[in-house]
Amino acid sequence: MLAGYTAETLARLQFAFTVSFHIVFPAFSIGLASYLAVLNGLWLWTRDRVYLTLFDFWKAIFAIAFGMGVVSGIVMSYQFGTNWSVFSDRTGPVLGPLMAYEVLTAFFLEAGFLGIMLFGRKRVGDGLHMMATGMVAVGTLVSATWILSVNSWMHTPQGFGMNDVGQFIPLDWWAIIFNPSFPYRLTHMVLAAYLTTAFVVGAVGAWHLLRTPGRRSALVMFSMAMWMATLVTPLQILAGDMHGLNTLEHQPAKVMAMEGHFESHPDGAPLILFGLVNEDEKRIDYSIEIPKLSSLILKHHLDAPLDGLDTIPDDEEPPVSIVFYTFRVMVALGFAMLGIGLWSLWARWRGGLGEATWLQRAAVVMGPAGFIAVLAGWITTEVGRQPWTVYGLMRTSESLSPIDAPAVASSLVAFIIVYFFVFGAGIYYILRLMDKGPGQAKVEGPTRTAGTTPAQQVQDERPEMQQ
Amino acid sequence: MMFGYELSFLWAGLIAFAVLTYVVLDGFDLGIGILFPFYPNEKHRDVMMNSVAPVWDGNETWLVLGGGGLMAVFPLAYAVVMPALYMPIILMLLALVFRGVSFEFRWKTTRWRGVWDIAFFGGSLIAALSQGIALGALVQGIEVENRAYAGGWWDWLTPFSLMTGVAVATGYALLGATWIIMKTEGTVADRMRRHALQLGAATLVFIGIVSLWTPFQDRVYFERWFTGATWYWSVIVPVLMAAAAFVLWRGIAYRHDVTPFLASLSIFVLSFVGIGVSFYPMIVPPSLTIVEAAAPESSLRFALVGALILIPIILIYTAYSYWVFRGKIDPDEGYH
Repeated sequence: MLAGYTAETLARLQFAFTVSFHIVFPAFSIGLASYLAVLNGLWLWTRDRVYLTLFDFWKAIFAIAFGMGVVSGIVMSYQFGTNWSVFSDRTGPVLGPLMAYEVLTAFFLEAGFLGIMLFGRKRVGDGLHMMATGMVAVGTLVSATWILSVNSWMHTPQGFGMNDVGQFIPLDWWAIIFNPSFPYRLTHMVLAAYLTTAFVVGAVGAWHLLRTPGRRSALVMFSMAMWMATLVTPLQILAGDMHGLNTLEHQPAKVMAMEGHFESHPDGAPLILFGLVNEDEKRIDYSIEIPKLSSLILKHHLDAPLDGLDTIPDDEEPPVSIVFYTFRVMVALGFAMLGIGLWSLWARWRGGLGEATWLQRAAVVMGPAGFIAVLAGWITTEVGRQPWTVYGLMRTSESLSPIDAPAVASSLVAFIIVYFFVFGAGIYYILRLMDKGPGQAKVEGPTRTAGTTPAQQVQDERPEMQQ
Repeated sequence: MMFGYELSFLWAGLIAFAVLTYVVLDGFDLGIGILFPFYPNEKHRDVMMNSVAPVWDGNETWLVLGGGGLMAVFPLAYAVVMPALYMPIILMLLALVFRGVSFEFRWKTTRWRGVWDIAFFGGSLIAALSQGIALGALVQGIEVENRAYAGGWWDWLTPFSLMTGVAVATGYALLGATWIIMKTEGTVADRMRRHALQLGAATLVFIGIVSLWTPFQDRVYFERWFTGATWYWSVIVPVLMAAAAFVLWRGIAYRHDVTPFLASLSIFVLSFVGIGVSFYPMIVPPSLTIVEAAAPESSLRFALVGALILIPIILIYTAYSYWVFRGKIDPDEGYH
């Protein structure tokens, strides 16, 4: 199946596969950790049991998602060395310390307090338990901060020199960490994680409202999720726009691919809404476009000239079709999220979210929207920076380990089989918990806990055995 | 003011500390997985797994620090070792996926509980074997040319590395058994005492074989241990090892709760010291030294500030987390 591919292609496939699987879990757990901290805070503040019920429900789901994030993340930290050893040797002096800081400031914090958050409420009391919950949430955000700084430096490198063996040498750490694309990428990703979680929570709430209209725990989480959709989606669209302008400044070729601009437009470039990319002929077939709108968005002037890919040497062009299509998927989902947010406002005004069954149905459908948008957005930005690993300085083809294609091919096949099997099972267990819903006795019981007695476990699983 | 030279040795010490901490901490929870087939009773398995459930991912974070830290401060060593140990590393990563998720998954199903029990056992065993094989392959030496691994894809597979693989898995099982003795009472703890005695004996036999075999892997190791100015290590390390073995035996025989675990930890620390004595001043034997592999001074310095401030804080809250879940596991206690 994989014979005939070069080691480079296989290593890129492997990275794309493992990182795509991995990002799904942090994208969810970053938002969920903050949501858990809010729920626990509301429970301590109001003493309304519905918040405790929701906390325990989402905690069980968080534990599974977090575990999968940890194990798929360990793979990432070693894959730089196994498949991209030349990249590791040359960029290690700059990127390695940032990743070490991620481990020291974030991973240990999350892992150290996770146990207390999951199992420790009775042992440490409400106050310390709240602190542990907060620490887990802070840890996920700190982790995102460091790793996005690393990623952004690869897109917009600065603050370094070169030594005589070709290593990037750090000269100014402040410039390295706060490189030009970092603030935009970080904002865009954290908001994306919050929206991803909000749409999952919203879908679960809606699912149970449709099944049991008026169920309070479901209504509370549905309403919280819809507020997030209403308030955060516009911010996210704004952040995405600013990130795009930053990309235009630093990686114009990526924006040309996103826009599908093969040709330069000296007096105003059209916004291509959709079309079919024809890479051979270097044009977009059947395009639906709005004249001059691209120039207005990117340059804030209808007649501003915009360069196209004809100004970029062929061997420095990214693959256009992947970037073009995934960008449209992300943007379309973003506007669908905005639509849900506005619809929920209207529904609240018309008599409440509990009555809005069509909104609830739409929210169920939109449950996975955040994940798809996150993946599409990351594919846009990562494929769009090809053929570089360090933008403009180090090519992907120069980054590879001295490895044989069969070694990469067999590990790639192993990762594919194991990930689909293991994470498939995990996602199935998460969906089953979601289907059971909050407040169902024992939902939190069987969470890997030291606590539950085997008798309860069996009881809990009885419905499954009857299937 | 320190220069790159001293900084690189300081960092070699810190990386060694992270790896050792990983080995002893994840060692006992991997060991519990390795012991699973000998404890078919569901209730016993619940207790065994619960004794590490709150701490296992903290333990595994030290492995990430080892990998990330190596890339940060010894990027050349990282870039050479990972391709050289490609297969054992990939096997270890996949094995850790299986065992990591089974902590959660096993409680979520009845029909498939057996599957996740096997995943927990198989994942723990293969991860332990891979780590031991990787260690053995590193001791044998890794061929480096032009800042890159210059050997073949199966170089890691030798009788010596297979033996170190089994040795590490046996040692982890010992750590796991003595951890369970410390954390439980009743039938499980009693059976573990018997297993710990057997595993302790087996571990010491393996340490003996590795110690006698290693000097013949490389002339430098031989001179380090049997001739020259450093011969005294050949007295100190074995004497302390014998003392640790005695404490282990006595602790098990007299039914102490904590000393068997501490003695097992000491056995690991001493073995680690032994490896360090062999390696120094190499980071990747036989030819890559600590100084050659070190990142530029600005990287070492920047990362050191964080490590010196944060590692003590991490140790404090990790200790706190262990303290919260201290004492014997009560099989009927509810945490929720």
